[in-house]
Amino acid sequence: MRVALFATCFNDSMWPETPKAVVTILERLGVTVEFPLEQTCCGQMFTNTGYAREALPLVERFADVFGEYDAVVAPSGSCVGSVRHQHATVASGCDRPALADRARTTAGKVFELSELLVDVLGVTDVGATFPHRVTYHPTCHSLRMLRVADKPLRLLREVRGIDLVDLPSAEECCGFGGTFAMKNSDTSVAMGSDKAHHVRETRAEVLVAGDNSCLAHVGGLLTRQRSGVRVMHLAEVLASTERDFAVDNELGDPPAATTTQHTDTEATT
Amino acid sequence: MSGTFIGMPKFQTAAKEALGNSQQRRNLQHATHTIREKRARVVEELDDWEGLRQAGADIKDNVLSHLDTYLVQLEESLTRAGATVHWAGDAAEANEIVTSLVRATGADEVVKVKSMATQEIGLNEALEEAGIAAWETDLAELIVQLGHDRPSHILVPAIHRNRAEIREIFLREMGHVGTPPPAGLTSEPRELAEAARVHLREKFLRAKVAISGANFAIAETGTLVVVESEGNGRMCLTLPETLISVVGIEKVLPRLEDLEVFMQLLPRSSTGERMNPYTSTWTGITPGDGPQQVHVVLLDNGRTDALADTVGRQALRCIRCSACLNVCPVYERVGGHAYGSVYPGPIGAILNPQLRGTTSEVDQSLPYASSLCGACGDVCPVKIEIPDLLVHLRTRVVDEHRGGMPSGEEIAMKGAAWMFSDHRRWEKAQKGAELGGRMFRKKDTIGRLPGPLSAWSDARDAPVPPAESFRTWWKREKEGQ
Repeated sequence: MRVALFATCFNDSMWPETPKAVVTILERLGVTVEFPLEQTCCGQMFTNTGYAREALPLVERFADVFGEYDAVVAPSGSCVGSVRHQHATVASGCDRPALADRARTTAGKVFELSELLVDVLGVTDVGATFPHRVTYHPTCHSLRMLRVADKPLRLLREVRGIDLVDLPSAEECCGFGGTFAMKNSDTSVAMGSDKAHHVRETRAEVLVAGDNSCLAHVGGLLTRQRSGVRVMHLAEVLASTERDFAVDNELGDPPAATTTQHTDTEATT
Repeated sequence: MSGTFIGMPKFQTAAKEALGNSQQRRNLQHATHTIREKRARVVEELDDWEGLRQAGADIKDNVLSHLDTYLVQLEESLTRAGATVHWAGDAAEANEIVTSLVRATGADEVVKVKSMATQEIGLNEALEEAGIAAWETDLAELIVQLGHDRPSHILVPAIHRNRAEIREIFLREMGHVGTPPPAGLTSEPRELAEAARVHLREKFLRAKVAISGANFAIAETGTLVVVESEGNGRMCLTLPETLISVVGIEKVLPRLEDLEVFMQLLPRSSTGERMNPYTSTWTGITPGDGPQQVHVVLLDNGRTDALADTVGRQALRCIRCSACLNVCPVYERVGGHAYGSVYPGPIGAILNPQLRGTTSEVDQSLPYASSLCGACGDVCPVKIEIPDLLVHLRTRVVDEHRGGMPSGEEIAMKGAAWMFSDHRRWEKAQKGAELGGRMFRKKDTIGRLPGPLSAWSDARDAPVPPAESFRTWWKREKEGQ
């Protein structure tokens, strides 16, 4: 099976640790992943702001670049949502029926990270260790567009050392909404403040989600509030092993458990 | 008398003001969460809810694709049953028809059943100009009318008020227009409702003319249906001599049996009840019983424009239940007034630009009044894909602006699209970001951004770009470049 990584343009340029984490997880599971360098952006921002004509070449590029793979994985619910739910619509709306067909075929092979792990690879324990108090925000497009349901939570529950706590009103939107965060910044911040409040109620150290854009919004509020809560992409939590938190040790002690770093790999299937 | 939505600013401006009203935000949060939970409980009870939604959508889609046939059939059925049918192309025409019908009776007042169609056309204001007093008899509409306010919700137009505010409005205003509330009125719901009951009873018994809308109009039989909770509708529909109903042309259902589907969908979606307390149906005139003059004004007012858009037309399936308002995180915080229409919330954001066109500032801004979270689409009882229609209408707004002087946004979007259309250009742009990332290396976040980006950083820290993109890392680590 040829698996391609669609990093997404945001992650590629702003949050490279997230696609790196996807590579780490998949390699640990014995899956070789390719990164076609011709990839750029899925066009979601253009489509959702009303610029379908500008999105069209990106829809075509996506089908060109990823059409040949058996599976494509992306660490973003909203980008996968756009590919699966909007690409064919954009092509049809611009009178490109053949492209719409191609976009539909390609979209059928594109998976959000938790979908690839749970549905395609059949794994919930990816051999991760993350000894922190964590709460999980199910982002809207993962939840209501892709219907990933509890897949990310099933993955998180298998993480060693994790203290996973429920987020109150978890299914409510954080208020990011792409260009909504800029065009309707006051409403966006009002929604995000309520989300940040719920996150703080949980006394979690880390807020986890499957979309860095939503996390940048809530995280931006949490740091402005000096809340001490970190935000982290689901992939980065799932990529963490004992070695990572040993190195992270704030006392600067040398890594204590390096010998165990790869022992979890067998527990993955 | 009551407020008007004419000349509303764009959504963002009105929203900013509304967000500052902490009392209103508390009222809205409490009310929307209460209805939301009630709805969820009663929907959960039905194991064929998804089947019902699909049936509702299918019936409405069939009506919309054969609207001409069903409307003619409805007119024939109504006429046969003794009703007089009038056709109104727009609000002004509908107001003129109703005003002259009322004038012909010699009455100088009418009682009204809560009706979105008459709110939409501004009928109360038109009647007032003609010297005819229109009394709203739905409790929440009465509160809005007495408070010289505007409705902020389809089903609960006074949702932005709490009972303390309602008491004040009653004490201040009721006596000017009829029976005053008792001295010593408290904010107990029971006392407030009783004050309204006594106030309204006088008007019901005196009125010669009633004006209503209709939730459904059955083409086959000419039967109109009003679904309500308070019994005020039943009073208006039975006591007066003349009944005038203003009905949007999309309200047609082919057969009486179709009500089976909608009478399950509507109460559960709107008030969160298994069944509403009062359902009134009437078919033209029944000699010796009820109104002996029955008029039906069939209203277009932009509906055929919406129908012409094969994607957008599904908004006309709407049965005005308000479920989408009650789950909307934007509506919950901003309230209904910022939408500049009697149709607020997600459905308003897709309906108003279609009914009114996209020429005004507010109608251009409405499709953007959503984070596209999708909660509205999930609860819609007739499966209107509200998020998809919002995006569709955004495209319409953008396309209508093309060709003129490009906005800053258009230039930025075109520039970004050009960059993304070739990965080498994208890589060059990333190199620039990496340079910025190295400059900010000691910082975790950026507290202040320049120009339009300050819309982000006024309340949120911004992330610092990394010193190395994923692509650069991949090339080095995996491809040895």
